[in-house]
Amino acid sequence: MVSSITEIKETSNHQKWDARFIKDKIFTGLIILFSLITISPIVLIISKLISKGYKQINLSFFTETTPNTYQAMLANEAGNTIPGGILNGITGTILMVFLASLMAIPIGVLIGIYLYENGTKRYAKIVKDITDILQGVPSIVLGLISYFWVVKFITNGFSALAGSFALFIMMLPLIIRSTEETFKMIPVSIKEAGFALGVPYHKIIFRILIPSGLSGLITGILLATSRVIGETAPLMLTALGSMAVNLNIEKPTSAIPLLIWEFYNDPNMVDLIWASSLLLMMLVLGINLISKMIISKRNL
Amino acid sequence: MDEINVEIKDAVLEIKNVSVAYNKGNYAVTNVSAAIKRNRITAIMGPSGCGKSTLLRAINRMHDLYPNIVTEGQILLNGADAAKMSTMMLRRKIGMVFQRPNPFPNMSIADNVIAGYKLNGISLKKSEKEEIIEKSLQDVALWKEVKDSLNQKGTFLSGGQQQRLCIARALAFQPEVILLDEPTSSLDPISTKKIEELLIELKEQYSIILVTHNMSQAARISDYSMFMYLGELVEYGKTKEMFINPKDKRTDEYLTGKFS
Repeated sequence: MVSSITEIKETSNHQKWDARFIKDKIFTGLIILFSLITISPIVLIISKLISKGYKQINLSFFTETTPNTYQAMLANEAGNTIPGGILNGITGTILMVFLASLMAIPIGVLIGIYLYENGTKRYAKIVKDITDILQGVPSIVLGLISYFWVVKFITNGFSALAGSFALFIMMLPLIIRSTEETFKMIPVSIKEAGFALGVPYHKIIFRILIPSGLSGLITGILLATSRVIGETAPLMLTALGSMAVNLNIEKPTSAIPLLIWEFYNDPNMVDLIWASSLLLMMLVLGINLISKMIISKRNL
Repeated sequence: MDEINVEIKDAVLEIKNVSVAYNKGNYAVTNVSAAIKRNRITAIMGPSGCGKSTLLRAINRMHDLYPNIVTEGQILLNGADAAKMSTMMLRRKIGMVFQRPNPFPNMSIADNVIAGYKLNGISLKKSEKEEIIEKSLQDVALWKEVKDSLNQKGTFLSGGQQQRLCIARALAFQPEVILLDEPTSSLDPISTKKIEELLIELKEQYSIILVTHNMSQAARISDYSMFMYLGELVEYGKTKEMFINPKDKRTDEYLTGKFS
């Protein structure tokens, strides 16, 4: 009797173990499959961009402005690479992202510090919620707003300023929340150590908290930059685009994503689409890799 | 409690009817009065939540940080009202060391020692700086270990070394009193022993108040002990006498392990 019971128990255990073993295998297989599905787009994108775009990447790609359709058509017929480059887009992107950062970094960091210090207060909670909502506003809507505020009333025409204003609003919530999260990770005891030495409040923020969280702040700023660097929609309504290099913030300006859109509408420029996308992708990828490096260094 | 009625000249700190409430009417410390003797180690012990850290933090007015906390009563440092001093002056005279080592992560070892001067904008000559750094680190027996790596970040030291660095940071101001809030609770036994030996040496120059939940630590190194329970100062006296012959039943029960 006793032996038969243990026998039953053993076999049932064995069956259970078998079922678990199979389940485990199935789920591991599923996870591997799904993770491959996640990884494959980026691999496919990069390989496609490189294979299609590499031949246009040469010195003039970085030093000359966009060619006109006629030049491109002639080059295509002769089987040459398209002459000219996207210098006007590169300078425009740098100009507008720089202007946007100039506005977004100080405001974003200060608001982030405010939210960290006063997170439980009613007003801070409202600001936090609005920041979250702002993060979800479609970028084309931000472009529209910038069109009505900046294009119509400040620069009286399409301009780099209007474009950077739209990008600034996009960057703001990202920088605010990353600043707040960075400061939350600094132990309160570090702050208290400052107070215990009689250090005034503002010096604790500027000389202890900001330097201690610098890597986190920079990472947040870099990620916000990489987020807006590829934005096209808001720039269409604000910066419009320009065939020449423009550094006047009150004048229409081009940007790399804007050029990609323009090339897309011109059958002679197909090769430039790929090359410009490759450059844009590499910029975003580079910024992301740098932020990852900073984060991993901080965790050591 | 007779031996506690120390003459005023012997008392570095006088705590008079101090109560601390975290929010209105919810007292964590109620009506504590005590005179802290100069150049002695005074331990504050008691079970968790009895208000020992709260009392300690009332001494250097750390509660000022949190507007909800109300502190009543008076604290006299060498006869002068602590509430009327500037926080910077008060905290120059009363140094503090925390439960977990907290060197500033953005500063080198040397800068951590003189952080109080640097952050308060007190300029020092190079020779003064070097002298303060060396003396403070020697006082905490850390000089030999770090003298070749003064420019490295303090966070790369071991936990025990970091805690000694934090004590050095408090000593750099040449304070009158050092407050220690369970300074060894996150350290291993060897580091703990080093810090205990250090405190015994330091009492020659400084008055030390040590919060501990570890009775045997209080017994090992303190000259005077306070026993707190539910926010109340139950008993205060010479450590030896209190451990041998506690006057209050609650002290007796705590020391004999009936509750903790």
